[in-house]
Amino acid sequence: MKMNRPYMKYLDEFCDPKLARGLIKAIEGLVDREICLMEVCGTHTVAIFKHGLRGLFPKSLKLLSGPGCPVCVTPTQDVDTAIWISRQKDVVLTTFGDMMRVPGTIGSLEKQRANGADIRVVYSVLDALELAKTNPAKKVVFLGVGFETTSPSIASCIYTANKEGISNFWIYVCHKLIPPAMRALLESGETTIDGFICPGHVSTIIGSLPYEFIASEFNVPCVISGFEPLDILQSVYMLIKQIKEKKAQVQIQYSRCVKPEGNEKALAMLYEVFEPADSNWRGIGVIPNSGLKIRQGYNRFDASIHFEMPTSQVTEEKSGCICGEILRGVAIPIDCPLFAKVCTPEEPIGACMVSSEGTCAAYYKYGG
Amino acid sequence: MCLGIPAKIVKINGSIADVEIGGIERKASLDLLKEAKVDDYVILHAGFAIQKLDEEEAKETLRLLEEIGI
Repeated sequence: MKMNRPYMKYLDEFCDPKLARGLIKAIEGLVDREICLMEVCGTHTVAIFKHGLRGLFPKSLKLLSGPGCPVCVTPTQDVDTAIWISRQKDVVLTTFGDMMRVPGTIGSLEKQRANGADIRVVYSVLDALELAKTNPAKKVVFLGVGFETTSPSIASCIYTANKEGISNFWIYVCHKLIPPAMRALLESGETTIDGFICPGHVSTIIGSLPYEFIASEFNVPCVISGFEPLDILQSVYMLIKQIKEKKAQVQIQYSRCVKPEGNEKALAMLYEVFEPADSNWRGIGVIPNSGLKIRQGYNRFDASIHFEMPTSQVTEEKSGCICGEILRGVAIPIDCPLFAKVCTPEEPIGACMVSSEGTCAAYYKYGG
Repeated sequence: MCLGIPAKIVKINGSIADVEIGGIERKASLDLLKEAKVDDYVILHAGFAIQKLDEEEAKETLRLLEEIGI
């Protein structure tokens, strides 16, 4: 396949169209009934749309997008709080770029920046720490959003800041954990899921063991997948094979990056600094132990303790927006009366349209 | 947001590595890895190497893919 960029080892080998054709044929040969698979991770959603994989599958094979876009599941209250922090004296609020346009009830971080707040987009939390070191008169706050792929790096940064005695650096923690959200989806029973395409990069950290309950308690097969077209096709093949053989196991397709035990050093760092806590998911609600909070020993870096924040108000989705149903796999974007009419990537109403990895944005860009 | 890309380590200085991705060089923290050496491939996410890439496993996956696709 000809790429408009230099050859990239370990990506381009997994894009071979000849092998893809063989895999699609093998999948066609296995599907003999209606099957519904869920890709949990937003990065998978984008890869599936971008490579046009949905159009290549048999009609009776459906793919649903799950709650695995951290931007989409961050509740409006957290966006409002981040905006409130950015208005405090001497504060520099730092964030990954994905969060800039997410609407809260009082605008977005992007609009707040246009109004004069010092809000800066960083590539890594280490850039935020560096900003704190070079601006000792400023209060640098990082908006910590992301799943287990991201949270160990935030933990490592807090650990370093503690060791170096940095006193003008805080994290506003909105981190979430994937397995408890998958449990909540299954326990709700709102939608039938025959198999899970599990997130590849979350699993580089947590490994395959935290998904075992899905197979043993709910009898639903899981395959941890890479992100290139052949990875996803092979994962779909492995899931359908399990379904056909009436098996429910946790398998690793992305074995070049995922070990059953995960990344033990990263996990140790994650739980050195953080502990599990209940967390509110946009569109789903509060899920027990599905988020993280900073442990007492490191809580001088916790923005929610340092700043005297106003009590958060319970906020609801804007009228007509069905992001909640979409995040739970109960509805798809074209079911929404606002989709592509009043809600577009330029003027998004809900979070699933704002994030480049949101299901609505993917449907809008690539078509359902 | 959970995007990660394979990057090759070209130089290590303490816990920071220079890594190469499709001809571009970047810095990456090695703080989350037990061990890493020059020429290893790692998965780079938001400035951190989050896991080493197992080159033998990559070859094995490609072999399996060919087997299924025949």
